[in-house]
Amino acid sequence: MVRIFGFLVGAFFTVMLVVSFVIGAYNQVTEPPAATVEHEFLQHPHAISWSFNGPFGKYDKAQLQRGFQVYTEVCSACHSLKHVAFRDLKDLGYEDAEVKAIAKNWKSKISEKNPVTGDVTERAPTPADLVPVVYYAGSGTPPDLSLIAKARHGGADYVHSLLTGYKEQAGYKNEEGKELLKEFPDAKTPSGLYFNPYFANLNLAMPPPLVSDGQVTYGEGNPKPTVDQMSQDVSAFLAWAAEPKMEARKATGFAVVIFLLFGAVLAYLSYQSIWSTKEH
Amino acid sequence: MSFPWAEHYEPKLPLMKWLDERLPLPRFVYNAVGAGYPVPRNLNYFWNFGVLAGLALTIQLVTGIVLAMHYAASAGVAFDSVEHIMRDVNSGWLLRYAHANGASFFFIVVYIHIFRGLYFSSYKAPREMVWLLGVVIFLLMMATAFMGYVLPWGQMSFWGAQVITNLFSAIPLIGDSLHTWLLGGFAPGDAALNRFFSLHYLLPFVIAGVIILHIWALHIPGSSNPTGVEVKGPQDTVPFHPYYTAKDGFGAAVFLLIFAVVVFYAPNYMGHPDNYIPANPLATPALIVPEWYFWPFYAILRAFTVDFSIPFTGIVIIPAKLMGVLAMFSSILLLFFLPWIDTSPVRSGNYRPLFKKFFWLLVIDVLVLGYCGGSHAAEPYLMISQIATAYYFAHFLIILPLISTIEKPLPLPGSITEAVLAKARHTTGTADAVAAE
Repeated sequence: MVRIFGFLVGAFFTVMLVVSFVIGAYNQVTEPPAATVEHEFLQHPHAISWSFNGPFGKYDKAQLQRGFQVYTEVCSACHSLKHVAFRDLKDLGYEDAEVKAIAKNWKSKISEKNPVTGDVTERAPTPADLVPVVYYAGSGTPPDLSLIAKARHGGADYVHSLLTGYKEQAGYKNEEGKELLKEFPDAKTPSGLYFNPYFANLNLAMPPPLVSDGQVTYGEGNPKPTVDQMSQDVSAFLAWAAEPKMEARKATGFAVVIFLLFGAVLAYLSYQSIWSTKEH
Repeated sequence: MSFPWAEHYEPKLPLMKWLDERLPLPRFVYNAVGAGYPVPRNLNYFWNFGVLAGLALTIQLVTGIVLAMHYAASAGVAFDSVEHIMRDVNSGWLLRYAHANGASFFFIVVYIHIFRGLYFSSYKAPREMVWLLGVVIFLLMMATAFMGYVLPWGQMSFWGAQVITNLFSAIPLIGDSLHTWLLGGFAPGDAALNRFFSLHYLLPFVIAGVIILHIWALHIPGSSNPTGVEVKGPQDTVPFHPYYTAKDGFGAAVFLLIFAVVVFYAPNYMGHPDNYIPANPLATPALIVPEWYFWPFYAILRAFTVDFSIPFTGIVIIPAKLMGVLAMFSSILLLFFLPWIDTSPVRSGNYRPLFKKFFWLLVIDVLVLGYCGGSHAAEPYLMISQIATAYYFAHFLIILPLISTIEKPLPLPGSITEAVLAKARHTTGTADAVAAE
């Protein structure tokens, strides 16, 4: 009874799937789906050899400080960093006093409502505060950057490729030499948006943020602030912001793996010794 | 019940004697996973995965209970509270990464455990109840994992909850009301998040309870073994402790080693980047996919693209969406009937040449379904998953009963010991084995 019922159910599903398949295949042949512009022209991020790559990789603190400077002077005009607290900046190699000064001199203030009088007052942030949220009234919705390096395929590679990947759309060709506007004349970037082949739909609301070498002035002993350098620095900073505990994670992992390797060898030897007199 | 030659618990310390007369818990443990449980001597490494699944559940319970101390189940703050755990709670990143990857590892070991059961027909008499309880555990795991994935309230959490709860709206007549009732609203929100959290905390303990029944039912006939030949005498078994505690100890060490490598060096590998974007009901992600362990079932759900209707009349009897939902649930529920679908008297796939070929075809089929389930619902993935889904149902409901009637199994060994000694003769030469006998 179970087998007959099962057979009927199985046969029903199988027949319906074969019908679905045949109709799908027929549609595929008669009206093959048109290639999309994203499919043809979306670029994969370039792989950068970051200092924090690999099982022993660490953040380059000087680079993170430069990246934080780029964030402060450029990105923070529109983008929040709301999950990072000023005290976290000690990870970047700043002293307590420096962190205090960074918080105190931060461009936006924290507003507080007095619970008794209802008066709203403003005060400078302290190291204990999270970086104040940026309110943005322009077009587009600038995402919070605290997690951006984990919230996109490609992570820091993607951020760097996007920041340096703006192109003139007119005459843009992909690696196969196909010209975008010739293949897809309707895909012209709408006004107010900017063409960037690393962005999911190729057009984004953010204007190129890093446009000229020396846009940010780095302190002495740092590399020249070229667009590429600034972009790499801020991408590394955002990788840290998304995963501030990475160094502790990798260091702990190393000890744990060594411990478990040792444990596995001991467990294997005791297994062998216990079973040594037993054929199995 | 156990075999008559099982070792007996004899408390030596006065305290243990006192305890044994009042609450014989040590005796219970001794008979369950100690020297008092005789186990076939020929179990291979695939028999480690039951214990490993128990270990994975324990990891989930321990990390989950601590995470719950820091998590806030409210749509407004859930995402931020997870980031608080990642950044401010001592070793919070370790707890969360261990818990998120622990779910994946729980499914990895359970899938191997299930396929071991399929290959060696562990579901056949007298172990049907062990199998049925196992399928119940699997269903509970799926519910728990799904609700757990909603808790961080990222984009994939929200839209995953949206898609999966929407399945219930495919049920005729009551579907829409049922959907609203389950969610406590028209879309996932505070009400859904809070009930998912409540159930996500409850169900693991239900799983633990069913696991006790699963092991209890296993101990009635005793463990199966790779030959599928039942235990015939004391020479066929060894006491669980120390023989299998030692082997499981080694298995656990290897499991933890691989688990640690992923948790510490690739903690986001099995996750989806979109879940680091806070839930936004107004922005649909380009690709909504569940966690990888649901991909085969997701592929089955999406494979049905044509309504079951009366041709040329436009009368739809079963819409494609409902059929997909039915097929997805059937694909798991049919496992409940497996002990009565597969009627071959031989258990082990090692002695079933035809069955073995189809078994490996099923393994490939499920992997293909998984790949399609993680991809866009577009061609060629739809066509591939239609074929793969058809094979999945055909395998269990049509091919398996047929094989059982037409297959000529290979001759079985006379006993477990005979098989073990034959293998030893084969590997170490005749002289040693003769000496051993």
